[in-house]
Amino acid sequence: MKKILRSKWIKVPVFGLCLGPLGELAWRAFHHHLTANPIEFITHLTGDWTLIFIVITLAVTPARKLLRLPELIRFRRMFGLFAFFYGFLHFGTWIGLDKFFDWADMLHDVRKRPFITAGFTGFVLMLPLALTSTAGWIRRLGGKRWQMVHRLIYVTAVAGVVHYYWLVKSDVRKPLFYGALVAVLFALRVGFWLVSRRGKPAGKAIQPGLTTAETA
Amino acid sequence: MLIKKAEEIRGSEITPKWLYVNRRRFLTGALGVTAGALAGRTLKELAWPAQRVMAGSKLNVARKSPFSTNEEVTPYDDVTHYNNFYEFGVGKEEPAEKAKNFRTSPWSVKVSGLVEKPRTFSVEELMQLAPLEERIYRHRCVEAWSIVVPWTGYSLSVLLKEVAPQPKAKFVAFETYYNPGQMPVANYAGIPFPYVEGLRLDEAMHPLALLCFGMYGETLPNQDGAPVRMVVPWKYGFKSIKSLVKIKLVEKQPPATWNMANPSEYGFYSNVNPNVDHPRWSQAKERRLGEFFRRPTLMFNGYADQVASLYAGMDLRKYF
Repeated sequence: MKKILRSKWIKVPVFGLCLGPLGELAWRAFHHHLTANPIEFITHLTGDWTLIFIVITLAVTPARKLLRLPELIRFRRMFGLFAFFYGFLHFGTWIGLDKFFDWADMLHDVRKRPFITAGFTGFVLMLPLALTSTAGWIRRLGGKRWQMVHRLIYVTAVAGVVHYYWLVKSDVRKPLFYGALVAVLFALRVGFWLVSRRGKPAGKAIQPGLTTAETA
Repeated sequence: MLIKKAEEIRGSEITPKWLYVNRRRFLTGALGVTAGALAGRTLKELAWPAQRVMAGSKLNVARKSPFSTNEEVTPYDDVTHYNNFYEFGVGKEEPAEKAKNFRTSPWSVKVSGLVEKPRTFSVEELMQLAPLEERIYRHRCVEAWSIVVPWTGYSLSVLLKEVAPQPKAKFVAFETYYNPGQMPVANYAGIPFPYVEGLRLDEAMHPLALLCFGMYGETLPNQDGAPVRMVVPWKYGFKSIKSLVKIKLVEKQPPATWNMANPSEYGFYSNVNPNVDHPRWSQAKERRLGEFFRRPTLMFNGYADQVASLYAGMDLRKYF
């Protein structure tokens, strides 16, 4: 397992898998399976996958600790960028296909509709993360600062779940499911932090200003 | 609130025709280019044009109705595969699949309450009460999409006159059939069942309010509310109750499912009104299935000339 995860080529099939939802869209478009309301369908599919990739990205660190597979970190940037990619398609579908680039109407909605405010916030907060995802940016910012910036993903995850929860009419199963996953991943981080704090010498244990995400 | 000649605002006058004619071609084009599949897709369409598979049996339509719009009718496949019928799942394509085995025969409708002649009708008896008309209505969902459907039925007023409402009757309560055995996914809908709705008696007596048995010249498909439903074209779609089993005339305003579930979002009246937004989205425009651009929503869904007088003097922001 470790050998596979370390191999040079493993990222290629993983990348291909991550493109699966886009492939599904293309296949459905080709076969007239985008339902009677294609714009809504594309919006929902890309929105779902944005949340799924956010969850996968957040799962990398807990998985790597619990499974003792540090190699998994190699995939985190890719997953994160795919979360941004599907978020971009989701946002693009809304502004391009749904609103047909009516920016004024868009801003009106962002201001007036809380669920859109939440979704837009989540998307905008992913922008700096995508932009600073390169090794060069990690170096320029320095590991600690880079990590601080990238904790914005926690805000995006919460905003994404809230966005979905506020959107649905009555059946809240799916947004609650994503919410539960995010909550579990947050709780694991708190758990790791508590464990690591106990492991440290007493004097250094509590550092003011550090969040529960220290172990991220 | 009378907006005259609202019907004359046709989407085709606003939207460039080349863009709205075929959204699928547009979308497929957009996506197809990325997939490098445009050419093959077009060939395929030439070879196998879209098929129309009808489900019901033919109905004898005695006459066309003067209430019909001349707008382009939405394809049958879209109207039968894009449904809100939460007893059969909350996904738009779920009811088509999960209502497949829904038993709609035998079927009867109980008409009771404040009437002189309460009676339970079989669907067959109901269909004999008056000649069936075809009425092509606009249908506007509260979710801001719309369709144009050729319904078959007659004015509900025919049935109400048959049972003779008492003077005390002020409202009409409707109830949809509910049987968890036949509707196993209903539990997840997040709204209580049986689904109930209501109209003021004068609304129910309005000739536009249709007791409906079919669409596209055939009996109703299960997912569209077989075997008998209401169609109230100037109100949001959820007011047009499906698979009707009970009609009761009452004195007080009866409960309505969505109104109970979320009173700040779904009013008892729920008249189509582009000036009163749903708290979470605008109602000013709608997406007609099959069109690319949203089109403006019309006051009372374009039926203002016929129904606005029912609400004369009412604050439609308060009674939304």
